[in-house]
Amino acid sequence: MVEAAVLGKAEVRSAVQPDARLMIELRKVNKWFGALHVLRDVSLAVRERERVVVCGPSGSGKSTMIRCINRLETHQEGEIVVDGIELTDDLRNIDAIRREVGMVFQSFNLFPHLTILENCTLAPIWVRKMPKKEAEDLAMEFLSRVRIPEQARKYPGQLSGGQQQRVAIARALCMRPKIMLFDEPTSALDPEMIKEVLDVMVELAESGMTMVVVTHEMGFARTVADRVVFMDRGEVVEVAPPAEFFGNPKSERLRAFLSQILGH
Amino acid sequence: MTPPAAEAATLGAAPVRERSPPSFAVGPLVWLRANLFSSWLSTAVTLLLAYFLISWTLSFLNWAVVNAIWDVPGTGQQVDTSACRAARGEGACWALIGEKYRFILFGLYPFDEQWRPAVVVVIFVALYVVSAMRRFWRKELALIWLAALTLIGVLMWGGVFGLPYVEQERWGGLVITLILATFGIAFAFPLSILVALGRRQTSMPAVKALCVVYIELIRGVPLISLLFMASVMFPLFLPEGMNIDKLLRAQIAIILFAAAYLAEVVRGGLQAIPKGQYEAADALGLTYWQKTGLIVLPQALRISIPPLVNTFIGMFKDTSLVLIIGIFDLLNTAKTSIIEPAWQGFGVEAYLFVAAIYFVFCFAMSKYSQDLERELDKGRRR
Repeated sequence: MVEAAVLGKAEVRSAVQPDARLMIELRKVNKWFGALHVLRDVSLAVRERERVVVCGPSGSGKSTMIRCINRLETHQEGEIVVDGIELTDDLRNIDAIRREVGMVFQSFNLFPHLTILENCTLAPIWVRKMPKKEAEDLAMEFLSRVRIPEQARKYPGQLSGGQQQRVAIARALCMRPKIMLFDEPTSALDPEMIKEVLDVMVELAESGMTMVVVTHEMGFARTVADRVVFMDRGEVVEVAPPAEFFGNPKSERLRAFLSQILGH
Repeated sequence: MTPPAAEAATLGAAPVRERSPPSFAVGPLVWLRANLFSSWLSTAVTLLLAYFLISWTLSFLNWAVVNAIWDVPGTGQQVDTSACRAARGEGACWALIGEKYRFILFGLYPFDEQWRPAVVVVIFVALYVVSAMRRFWRKELALIWLAALTLIGVLMWGGVFGLPYVEQERWGGLVITLILATFGIAFAFPLSILVALGRRQTSMPAVKALCVVYIELIRGVPLISLLFMASVMFPLFLPEGMNIDKLLRAQIAIILFAAAYLAEVVRGGLQAIPKGQYEAADALGLTYWQKTGLIVLPQALRISIPPLVNTFIGMFKDTSLVLIIGIFDLLNTAKTSIIEPAWQGFGVEAYLFVAAIYFVFCFAMSKYSQDLERELDKGRRR
């Protein structure tokens, strides 16, 4: 657990404008894996420049929920609207949304047969049809922002876990997404590498990126989140600003969860 | 100087100096002793095997070199092979190869025109060498292939540029083997990738079923029966007067057969790619074909190199089965070369000769695949 003080910032100030438009909207979303009801009437709205942290016990559906937002999973009932486009079976809509939504995975998922630079330029060149030189300049800019420009010519297998995850963030940013999704970005990392990834995420939050982050890093939630979402057994149980979320949890389930993860 | 044990055990003492590994366990003598003469039993086995190895090598050299007959008087029908017959069992009759090598390599191709298939063999080999070099792996390579294959067609058939026409029935020998193997691999490999991809399409059940049926049907019958079908049964279904060249029919049978096997090899490689790779590609907005061509296949084929090359080598040699439907490939010309009474009984020499040719090609493939694996591995170890 990295606490707020460790991140070196007291708090990242909210950048959400009062009249900001909705970037992500889930309305009564339901999903089943076979007979297993994994998302139950999940509703959530994320506004432009808002930072939402999602937490909850394992198996609570938080990863499934975030993966529905860019259609890595399909929902069976309800509506998901991203950047004004509704997610349906229409492939054009899915492609349009995926271009605007960046995603960072727990297991990095870098392409091991490509160099770091190629990992970052692949999608801009092939999806955005950007000239190679321009894509490389852009990639180097983002690699510098995540503080590993010197690794550009190496392969992912030669980097540490923390470095790989920072490359994964740079790779997603190279598509210039409007929304960034993080699916437990630090869960697969050794403790001493968690901070370097969180620092990059804090900087990204400061730049005003709309972010949905599934994480167990409560310190990150406290400092960066505009709102924290608690999920349990496929339901959204509680949504509140961090001060209220941690200071005055309303539901019994959240109190139990918080006492478990903060209790020792 | 070693510090006293008690001091060394103290926590927080000076760090342990870095050293090179102990050096008493290296050197060829040490290796011999450890691996070949470690006990009296191992010494006995080593000596016994060494005896057999040396005596067999010597007797082979005696047969193949020292007592070999390199030349016999006469030629054609008037050849006198009595010297070879006298030496049978004692020495090899390489005179057979000297007399028949052009028939073995080029079959019944008109004797005065045999420079044409010879040039074709050189073109094929050059094509392999160019295709093997990674710096030529670009779009232009397809044009080189197209040009080379056109040139090969012109040389083999002739009928243009003052080259006399040679009908396909007279082609034979090494050229036939190389044509069958090269076109076989060049068409079967891409086809197998499509079939392997199709087999994994859970969202398109019809495509998947088609691929499964294709693989199971073709894999379930021997290549020979496919060749028989291609040569005997297939023409019965064609309309009157229409005829597809026998070599082409055999070629198609070989392509279909090899593709079914290769598809399963490729599928094995596809299965080894973690789900996260597909998801990362999806999340970046790549289309199915971009994801397949840029992310999945480069990794899947890289893992599949050993079994792929295994299948290629098997396929190269399986082309020799066309002799059963009367196509004169390298093995068939070798078999035919010893049919004349004068040369009967010298099969070992003829078969060793073609075996050496097969070996050169197969060994080259094997070596190349090992180098390629090493090359692609550089800097990518996890």
